[in-house]
Amino acid sequence: MYIKYRRPVAITQWASVVGKKEGRGPLSGKFDEECGDDYFGQATWEKAETELQSRCLSHLLHKKGIGRNDVELILGGDLCNQITSTAYTMRTIGAPFMGLYNACSTMAEAMIAAACMVDGGYTSNAVALASSHFCTAERQFRTPLDYGGKRTPTAQWTVTGCGSVMLERFGKDAFITAAQIGRVVDLGVKDANNMGAAMAPAAAETLKRFLYASGTDCNDYDAIYTGDLGRVGSDLFFHLLENEKISIDNHTDCGCVIFSFSQNVQSGASGCGCGASVLAADILPKFENGEYKNILFIATGALMSPATSMQGESIPCIAHLVNIKSKEEAHKK
Amino acid sequence: MRTNKKQYDKMVKNTSPKSRVVRNCIWAFCTGGTICLVGEVLMNVYTKAYFTIGDARLLTSITLVGLSAVLTAAGWYGRLAKRAGAGTLVPITGFANAVVSPAIEFKSEGLITGVACKMFIIAGPVIVYGTLSSVVYGIILFVKGRYGL
Repeated sequence: MYIKYRRPVAITQWASVVGKKEGRGPLSGKFDEECGDDYFGQATWEKAETELQSRCLSHLLHKKGIGRNDVELILGGDLCNQITSTAYTMRTIGAPFMGLYNACSTMAEAMIAAACMVDGGYTSNAVALASSHFCTAERQFRTPLDYGGKRTPTAQWTVTGCGSVMLERFGKDAFITAAQIGRVVDLGVKDANNMGAAMAPAAAETLKRFLYASGTDCNDYDAIYTGDLGRVGSDLFFHLLENEKISIDNHTDCGCVIFSFSQNVQSGASGCGCGASVLAADILPKFENGEYKNILFIATGALMSPATSMQGESIPCIAHLVNIKSKEEAHKK
Repeated sequence: MRTNKKQYDKMVKNTSPKSRVVRNCIWAFCTGGTICLVGEVLMNVYTKAYFTIGDARLLTSITLVGLSAVLTAAGWYGRLAKRAGAGTLVPITGFANAVVSPAIEFKSEGLITGVACKMFIIAGPVIVYGTLSSVVYGIILFVKGRYGL
């Protein structure tokens, strides 16, 4: 579904917090906090992810200069069963909250829904956030951390990170003007260690439908970001678009920029926190300094569970797209 | 989408990098061999220390399992296994790692529902099918002995 917001919705502030490995990657120094302790001072990994989200929200509110009572609505989620990391963060925040899950595409999903709420006039501000933690995801979806297993070359490394954005009616740097709500696509990939390949068709499908609905082509954008396709998924995304007669040469995948490949991450990064933290740390600041005027952010999610994988089901995937523009582009008639 | 499942399957196979089989085999051979060498040395030490062959074998296994458990807890075994692959998986040390790692991981869920329940999530199948195949093997031996086949 294509959404053209009646008025552009402003992204007025953003924040990101990441773990140790991400802090040593190419985007080092761009995050609001790079914590050297993946436990974030907590006793369990689940508590660590909650703390990660709390810190990210604190940075967002601090940068915005408002208190937690001023937040009117929070939309977000994570990868843990029953999105507990987010729910437990909200326990201490106390703001109205809607939990969302669309795996790694949750950030875009939250932004689309939050922008609808702001655009509809139901709230004057809304926060969208998403997080993932390598250790909570690993124990839930794969094997224990200390288990000695070899990762396949197509595997991706779940990002320990959280990204959040504040949406309001008025702002100055970046604006959400349009969005595309994705459809579930499944081209039969069953390998849970090749998520990029599973998700690439969903990304291509959403982009194709958005370009058609908006009457634009890839060259109209300064950059087209995908959430976490990794190297393998990015190659397949390119080939799929080629089959659709869509040429793209301004594509960047968040999963390929957060880590350098010398960090032993095989095909790249993944997780809700991947797209979310890269968006807040690298993409949105480029609107602030005028480098970007018009971009697409396509977050992709693989909607399987360990049970469906073990039962031999293929992986249904989804991709949601957000069009972000600078003030002058957004308000162009 | 103009690409159907069959075409996409082909695309995925062409695009996805293959595991480096030769390099992985060399790593597995060297690390697996080293672990066995350590076992052989231990065996010699124990037999020199006047243990019977049977006891020495048992003690060698116990020592290797113990070492693997300690290295797993220290986080070193997993790090080595990332490169060694089957070299650290196949010897008895791999079995110990498969038991100890979930025990550590699920400690946060309590000693009964966490450590004890989850301890065999990886090693469980080895025990189940190991026992099952030994029963089958036993029956074959029994039948063979009985009828002098």
